[in-house]
Amino acid sequence: MAMKFEKTANGAFLLDVTGYVCPHPQLYTKKALEKIGEGDTLEVVFDNPSSGESIAAMCDTVGHEIFERSTEGGKYKWKIKKVVLV
Amino acid sequence: MEEVPKKNRMWAFIIIGFFSLVSIFTFTLSEYYIYLSAYLWFGFVYGVCLQYGRFCFSSAFRDLFAVGVPRMAVGIMIAMILFGFVSAFVTATGMSTFHAAPYGIHAVIAGFIFGIGMVLTGGCASGSLYKSGEGNGVAMLVILSISVTQAIFVDIGGWFNNLAPQSWHDSAAAKGLPLAINATDGWMDMYLAGYVWNQPTTTYAEVLKFTNPFLSAYISNVLVGIVAPAALVLLWVYLVWVRRSYLKKQARDGKPSNGFLVELQGYWGMIAASKRTAIAGLGLGIAAGLHMFVMKGLQIKFGVQNFGELMPKIGSTFGISIKGTVFDPGYWYVTTQEAQWVGWVFNKLGWENMDNIYFGLNNGIPNPLLNPADWMSVALIGGAAVMALLHNEFKWKAPTRELAMWAIIGGALMGIGSRLGLGCNVGAFFVRVSQGDLSGWMFGVGMIAGAYLGVKFFNWYTERKMAKEVAMCEL
Repeated sequence: MAMKFEKTANGAFLLDVTGYVCPHPQLYTKKALEKIGEGDTLEVVFDNPSSGESIAAMCDTVGHEIFERSTEGGKYKWKIKKVVLV
Repeated sequence: MEEVPKKNRMWAFIIIGFFSLVSIFTFTLSEYYIYLSAYLWFGFVYGVCLQYGRFCFSSAFRDLFAVGVPRMAVGIMIAMILFGFVSAFVTATGMSTFHAAPYGIHAVIAGFIFGIGMVLTGGCASGSLYKSGEGNGVAMLVILSISVTQAIFVDIGGWFNNLAPQSWHDSAAAKGLPLAINATDGWMDMYLAGYVWNQPTTTYAEVLKFTNPFLSAYISNVLVGIVAPAALVLLWVYLVWVRRSYLKKQARDGKPSNGFLVELQGYWGMIAASKRTAIAGLGLGIAAGLHMFVMKGLQIKFGVQNFGELMPKIGSTFGISIKGTVFDPGYWYVTTQEAQWVGWVFNKLGWENMDNIYFGLNNGIPNPLLNPADWMSVALIGGAAVMALLHNEFKWKAPTRELAMWAIIGGALMGIGSRLGLGCNVGAFFVRVSQGDLSGWMFGVGMIAGAYLGVKFFNWYTERKMAKEVAMCEL
């Protein structure tokens, strides 16, 4: 399945990287977060467990807030709010 | 947390039960199988630790360069220090099975090629094994690509012989190796016998020359060879990738944001940030050290230096090298056993591949069912599968065409890098650094540079794809 990035509502975006392995999910997540505005939310859908560790660590380092996490059958859905530290 | 289905628990039980039965059943055949079972259970522990900590050497520097995440670089440094501490004791007591490798520019070049490959594939050699245990088809393809490439690469001759300098040819000829090896026919043979074997080997202990074996092992190999460079690497990581965000967060939260103590807290916070990775590093470090100790103990118990001497006693003589040995590192290793099983298959298909140094003189191509290190790799996959099943992270994933392409290309580069460097991220970097071998950091420096180039390429590649998506969604 190909990578999908789309706007789902005003200020809300979806990044689906299901089927991708490292480093693609974390790279696409970083790029998607760079593209959206401050305060916008990004829902990331992925199924590569180790990418989750990297995405969580990246958000923690940069300051983005992961405000919702769900897992079902090996598929992860995380919602991230973009925060810009000044 | 999602509940673990009963089916997953059952499969985890089946895997553990299978390995237990293999150990018990083979022991009833001959006590010498304990040797293989030791590899098996250490492999299982490696798999458990790797999956638990998502422990992948590839992500250590790739994620640092790509997304600024230091957790795995930290985890690997912790694991190397702990492995160093445990194995220094093993070395000081004369129980080590380790031999230093030749060092030189070839180790850096090999690491560089390997580093590019591991970024393209998405996992290092050990990472791909544990991810195979998660049902990841891309990782399985990577393992296959590494294995096939190595098995072919070590036996290439013909036109490729022209690529070896005359000095390598002459030097290889002068080594007086058995005629059956034909050391002047085969690029890898001339590379090994004509170049690599001429390079020096040494450890920090040999350089610093302490007379007390414990001082020698702990001060030279551990403190100078691992702790000091690891602390410097982590300081570099902190200053370049972590410090800025950390100080900003301190300021945002109204906490002190300058001063030496604040910096020290930031440095320590980076090290302690990923508990999972640190625990995995701890487990891997201790297990890898104990593994060495146990294998040496078994060699003493059975009065042998190598498993090749035990093979005839359990009724198998096929695939033993001219020296009477098979690949039996006595510690954690990944890539050679992968080359061997494909080499064994090729041989059975009619390819005469025992006329080279790698298979014919040193490692052999024993039946994979009797290959000690293969038992370790299979059990590593099993250990990772058990962990993935029990955490509901097991999922069969077929590779897409795009990822299959990267797996094959990257796996081939990793296979070539492994053979040029006489090991992968584990054998040529992790183990060697932890044993105070000078060549370890050389491979590591090359691997980091290769990872950097690989990330640059993937940044460009993913940016192009992202730009297309962004153009369609009216940002």
